[in-house]
Amino acid sequence: MKQDTWTLGGHEFTSRFILGSGKYNLDLVKAAVEQAGAQIITLAVRRANSETSSILDYIPEGVTLLPNTSGARNAEEAVRIARLARELGCGDFVKIEVIHDSKYLLPDNYETIKATEILAKEGFVVMPYMYPDLNVARALRDAGAASIMPLAAPIGSNKGLCTKEFIQILVDEMDLPVIVDAGIGRPSQACEAMEMGVAAVMANTAVATAGDIRQMAGAFKKAIEAGREAYLAGPGRVLDKGADASSPLTGFLRD
Amino acid sequence: MEGQTENQFLTEEEVEKYLRMERTDPMEYMEGMEQIPSRVMEQVLEGMEAYDYSRYGAEDVKRALEKENLSPEDFGALLSPAAEPFLEQMARRAGVETRKHFGSSVYLFTPLYISNYCENFCIYCGFNCHNRIRRAKLSMEGIERELQAIAATGLEEILILTGESRHMSDVSYIGEACRLAKKYFKMVGIEVYPMNSEEYAYLHRCGVDYVTVFQETYHLEKYESLHISGHKRVFPYRVNAQERALMGGMRGVAFAALLGLDDFRKDAFATGLHAWLLQRKYPHAEISFSCPRLRPIINNDKINPQDVHETQLLQVMCAYRIFMPYAGLTISTRERAGFRDHVVGLAATKISAGVSTGIGSHTEGGEQGDDQFEIADGRGVEEVCQAIRARGLEPVMNDYVYV
Repeated sequence: MKQDTWTLGGHEFTSRFILGSGKYNLDLVKAAVEQAGAQIITLAVRRANSETSSILDYIPEGVTLLPNTSGARNAEEAVRIARLARELGCGDFVKIEVIHDSKYLLPDNYETIKATEILAKEGFVVMPYMYPDLNVARALRDAGAASIMPLAAPIGSNKGLCTKEFIQILVDEMDLPVIVDAGIGRPSQACEAMEMGVAAVMANTAVATAGDIRQMAGAFKKAIEAGREAYLAGPGRVLDKGADASSPLTGFLRD
Repeated sequence: MEGQTENQFLTEEEVEKYLRMERTDPMEYMEGMEQIPSRVMEQVLEGMEAYDYSRYGAEDVKRALEKENLSPEDFGALLSPAAEPFLEQMARRAGVETRKHFGSSVYLFTPLYISNYCENFCIYCGFNCHNRIRRAKLSMEGIERELQAIAATGLEEILILTGESRHMSDVSYIGEACRLAKKYFKMVGIEVYPMNSEEYAYLHRCGVDYVTVFQETYHLEKYESLHISGHKRVFPYRVNAQERALMGGMRGVAFAALLGLDDFRKDAFATGLHAWLLQRKYPHAEISFSCPRLRPIINNDKINPQDVHETQLLQVMCAYRIFMPYAGLTISTRERAGFRDHVVGLAATKISAGVSTGIGSHTEGGEQGDDQFEIADGRGVEEVCQAIRARGLEPVMNDYVYV
C-alpha cells in the first residue's frame, strides 16, 4: 500500500498531527513530540526570543519548526516577527497569527491576507491561521499561502469543532491543505476533523493542560490516525430515520 | 547624592494642619494635562455607585459561577460577601481558567526604582513630599549598573518606577532610562506618574510596552481626602491614564486599587469594570491587574468589615480571574511567600523576584534613597523559580516580542 503522505512547501510529511509547544514545561516538549509522532511543532517567536530558556533548545532534531507570529496585532507586525523568526534560525515555515482581540484571540482575516502576500513573496512557507471563510481562503491562496489553518473554536477553549460546517466547505472547495487549528480539546474531536477530510490537525492547549501530557499526546496521535484511515476508507452513510423507506417514493416508476 | 541621614515622617498634628488648609477641586485639570473625549470614567463611576453588594445572595453567586462569560453584574456577585462561603469553588474555577489561558507558565519580573522624588502629598505613602526621607535619583550610569546587576540574575522583564515628580524625573529622563533598559531586557514596563498620550507614544518609541497606574481608590471623596496636593490630586487625569497610554500605542495596561483604602469591594468592582470597559473599547489591549492592599491592624481583625485579610484578597483575585480570564494578574511582594506561592497558577500569572524598592539597591554599595515600602518576600530569582517548579508550574522569563 502506498504510504499516505502530504506536502507543505515542498516538504513531505507522514504525520498529520501538528503539536503546539506553548503553555507547558519545556522539559516535556521532547517527550510530547515523541509520543505524538509529530514532524511539525509550532513555537511562538516571542517565546523563542528568550536568552535564558529558549524553547529552541528543547525541540528534537529533525522536527520541522513552525514559528508563529503571536503577539502581532496587524500585518506589519506579523511580517516583522516572521523575519525575526528567520533570523533566529527557525527556517522558512511561518504560521501567521494576526490577533487584534485579547479576549477571544480571534484572527483578523483582512490583516492576515496582507501579511501572507508579503511573506510569500519573501520565500516563506506561509500557513495562515484564519476564521473559516471561503472568500478569505481563496484570497489567501491567491496571496501565496501554502495551506490554510481555520479555527475550530477560539484558541485554548477546547470546545471542539464549533465551525464544522464552514471547515467542511473549505475542505470541499480548496485544493490547499486545510489544517484545523485552535479549539480542538479532545482526541475524539481531532478524529472527527480528520474524518471530514482535513489534511492535518494542530493541538496545543488540549495536550498542554492534560493531566499526563505524554499520554495525551499519544492519544491524539492515535485519534488522528484513526480519523485519517476512516476518511480514506470512506465512511458509511448515516440513515436519517434508522432504515430505508419500505415503500420507495419512486416505486411508481415501476408500476 | 542628596537627602537626610535620618528619616522624619509627618506627625499626626502636621497632617491635621495640612488637612485644614484649603484644597483644590480634584475634578479640575491642571495646566498641560490632556483631556480626552471618553465616557469610560463616567461609566465606571456610575457602575460603582450602583453596585450594592449587600443585595446578592448565594443563588446569584452560583449562577455567576456557572456562566462561561461573566457580565459585570456576575462579577459583582463574586465580589460580594455572599460569595465568601463559595471561595473554594471560586478558587477551583479560577485555577481552571488560569490553566486554560496561561497553561503552566508563570512570568517573572522585578521592579527597578530609579528615583524617589515626589511632588504629591498622599497621606498614606512613605514617598510623600512632606516626609523627610533620603531622596535620590540615579544617573544613567547608575541605572545601567542596576540593569546589569538585575539582568545577571536571568530576568528578562523589568518594571521601571519613579516617585511622581515631573520636575526631578521628567519624561525624557524616564525615556532614556527605558532605552537603556531595552538593551538588557526583552520587556520593559513603567509605573510612573500619569502623562499625556503623546508622552506615552514617546516612551513607547523608547521601548516601553506596558503601563501600570494604580488608581488607589475610585471613590472620589475618599480620593480627595487622601491626595491632598500635587498633580495626583487630579482624579480624572489619573483614571484616564490607561486609556491615554493605549492611545499612545502601548500594548498593555495594568490596573489596581489599593484595597482597604476605601470600601474594597466597591474599589475592586470599579477596577474590574474599568479594565473591562477599556478592553471592549480597545480589543487588542492586553489587560492586567495588581492587588495591593492595606493590611488590617493586628488584633483588630474583627472590628472592621472592610478589612482586607488574605481571604478577601484571594476572593478579589479569583473574581478578577473568573471575570476576565485572559487578563494577567500580578502578585505583590508585599504578600508573604506562602500566600504568593499558592496563588500563582491559581489566579496570579506573574510574580516579582529579587525585589528591592530602594534607589540603587540592586548594586552593592549603591543604595542612595529609601524604600517606598517594606517587602514581605525577599527571595531571589532562583528561589522563586524553584518554588514555581515545585508546584508543577513553569517559570517563564519572557514570552514577548517588541514590535
